[in-house]
Amino acid sequence: MLVPLSENRSISTSEDVVAVRQAVRQRAVDLGFNLVDQTKIVTAASELARNTLHYGGGGTLRIEEVLQGSRRGIRLVFEDNGPGIPNIELAMKDGYTTGNGLGLGLSGAKRLSSEFFIDSSPGEGTRVTIVRWR
Amino acid sequence: MERIPILKMGEYLLVTIQVDMHDRLAMSLQDDLTSKIVSAHAKGVLIDISALEMVDSFIGRMFGDIAAMSRVLDAETVVVGMRPAVAITLVELGLSLRGVRTALNIERGMDLLHGLIESRGDGAGSAE
Repeated sequence: MLVPLSENRSISTSEDVVAVRQAVRQRAVDLGFNLVDQTKIVTAASELARNTLHYGGGGTLRIEEVLQGSRRGIRLVFEDNGPGIPNIELAMKDGYTTGNGLGLGLSGAKRLSSEFFIDSSPGEGTRVTIVRWR
Repeated sequence: MERIPILKMGEYLLVTIQVDMHDRLAMSLQDDLTSKIVSAHAKGVLIDISALEMVDSFIGRMFGDIAAMSRVLDAETVVVGMRPAVAITLVELGLSLRGVRTALNIERGMDLLHGLIESRGDGAGSAE
């Protein structure tokens, strides 16, 4: 059976955020994630997709399956060409927001993921990568 | 534009969320509910989320905002039917839904609403 190992999605409207949730859910189901793990990766994806939309001015998501030894997982890479995050340490704090949200997007997504990487340059954009192992 | 239906049952409003809401739909539900509490003279709002497969910080905040707004408008809000996987994820996300009353299912939610509204009615008349 051949399944695509990687797919790209654009995030430019709030409907796209819903489509991201559904695509990530489907991939998690295909990989045999249990219900709680599906819910965690979908929720993390929703937070990060919304950040890409609101703070990055839109961007893209790449959904990939990853293999490490016998472990399988999902890697999500959110990229935008927005203003970037000047102070990542501050942005990662619970409750910190420059918008009108709760400030749980980045910190919450990190807690819901097995691995979390963030790379941002002011004026160039932001890339957030998360992995959740099955 | 699509809308989440709000049903009136006596002095209560019942909302069953059966779709994966995008943010604008969630905001319009909040606006519609607030107007409907006033126009229907509602005393209680029951929000059934048993069909929701995910609650993120935006939707969680919406429940908090609806609860706060309804309180100001003299109505109580109870959120019912949260799935266990959703509850586990919400707590790990860092959201405790402080200020939002919850119940396991619609029946218990109705009981809770009755109790809340009755106890409030008693308190209002005996302010001496």
